[in-house]
Amino acid sequence: MNLTRKFFLGKLNAVNEFEREPIPSGKLQGWKSFLGMYAGEHTAGTEFVIGPLFVAHGVTAPALVIGLLIGNLLAVLSWAFLCAPIAVKKRLTLYYQLERICGPRLTAVYNLVNALMFCFLAGAMISVSATAVGIPFGMTMPSLLDIYPTNIGWIVVVFAIGFITTIVAVFGYEQVSKFANIASPWMILIFISAAIAVLPEMGVHSFSEFWNVATTKIWTGTPLTGQSQFTLWHVIFFAWFANMAMHIGMADMSILRYAKKWQYGFASAGGMFVGHYIAWIASGILYSLFLLESNNSLEFAPGNIAFRAAGTAGAICVIIAGWTTANPTIYRAGLAVQSVMPMTRTWKVTLIVGLVTTIAACFPGLVMKLLDFVALYGLILMPMGAIIFADVQIFPKLHLQSDFAMHHKSSTNWAAAITWLLTIAFCIGLNFWAGIELFFLGLPGWFVAVSVYILGSKVLQKSKRKDSVKVESF
Amino acid sequence: MDKILKALSVIGLILSLLPALLSFNGVISFEQFKILLLTGTILWFSTAPFWINKKKAT
Repeated sequence: MNLTRKFFLGKLNAVNEFEREPIPSGKLQGWKSFLGMYAGEHTAGTEFVIGPLFVAHGVTAPALVIGLLIGNLLAVLSWAFLCAPIAVKKRLTLYYQLERICGPRLTAVYNLVNALMFCFLAGAMISVSATAVGIPFGMTMPSLLDIYPTNIGWIVVVFAIGFITTIVAVFGYEQVSKFANIASPWMILIFISAAIAVLPEMGVHSFSEFWNVATTKIWTGTPLTGQSQFTLWHVIFFAWFANMAMHIGMADMSILRYAKKWQYGFASAGGMFVGHYIAWIASGILYSLFLLESNNSLEFAPGNIAFRAAGTAGAICVIIAGWTTANPTIYRAGLAVQSVMPMTRTWKVTLIVGLVTTIAACFPGLVMKLLDFVALYGLILMPMGAIIFADVQIFPKLHLQSDFAMHHKSSTNWAAAITWLLTIAFCIGLNFWAGIELFFLGLPGWFVAVSVYILGSKVLQKSKRKDSVKVESF
Repeated sequence: MDKILKALSVIGLILSLLPALLSFNGVISFEQFKILLLTGTILWFSTAPFWINKKKAT
């Protein structure tokens, strides 16, 4: 019992390190550690889903190659020019920076929303792992059109993985984190190997034959039944905004605050051009082989696809990729919830979060609609990043008070709260009434968020000044 | 000991990529590729944990 107590206290202490103070200069890290971290983090379970979904949505080969190049470049530039300069200037976690600007109550709401998003993401990864674990049991795999659980075997396998993942998240997060570091170089090689090895079966016997097969058999430009048509613009904006919560949304402030220079933001290229370029292309190739052999079957099971292309190693890769993504995500969700309920023990919160995640994982729709979910996830959290950008970079030039909630001891910065709500309402409005797809809403949404926050803060700070003048004269 | 472990890990990674190129060029069969890939996987995971995280800690 004492050991357990020490374990939890030790872990919590470790987590709280420099959470409410700038990183000391002795703790700063070089660019290589960021390059490795980004390359590892962005070669994960999601890559087994996103690459195939581009194929399912009828992306053409030129649209994919050019779109991923532009979109990933824009993502790297967002990390380098939006997130990293603020991270290095302030050297604070996202959560503490938000608390200073928005106040503890609004930050708590943000944390809860963030935790819910983490649960859904982790749930999707448990589903991905389930498609590999279910292979030896002959489990019926879900299809692209499935939203709800289709069979009891699926639920049993998902609950078994969810249970193990949650228990490990409670007891062994650090070990999983270390394991993920070990797995990442191997994982990317499995992606590449599997894709190269199946090419002859698709009619590619020399590299000069690749482009012809790519355009006619892999990324044909024809979506599968029930899937919308994706264009070059979809690819560009999806690649750019797939991690919108991290760069424009500023979540990676918490990581890049350890960087010696803001230019280390460019290290995100390691993740974008390995995980979000090579791995997405590789997983797309594997899926198209499955489509060719199954006569465009709507079954969608990354585990089966990888097993067909790379045997047992491929299935292991899907399980590890899903698990190493789901595990820290559940842990992070637990921490986010715990910050709202500091009196509740971390392990209890993590157990509850794990249960919510596992229930979410039973719904295959989460995987089948992963592109929409990822876009929505970024969109919901993005306004807070825009608020931080305006507060840190624009407010000093406009002579507005930065870190408003901290200076006024306010629990809620209403300018920030209204900005968040109005931006989401604006984006949802564009989606519902103008029919603009989720993938494209982040860009106009960011400008709306920055504008509303500046205007709202001008009004709020003016009224505060008037109030303080009245009090002084009284 | 570390050097041996690292060398085995590198062989594990090579076995995770090279067989794909050999299979693509018709030097080995697809079944042989899958066996070699699994061998590389086992080799990597049975050796890398002993030096990767140790290296990170220093």
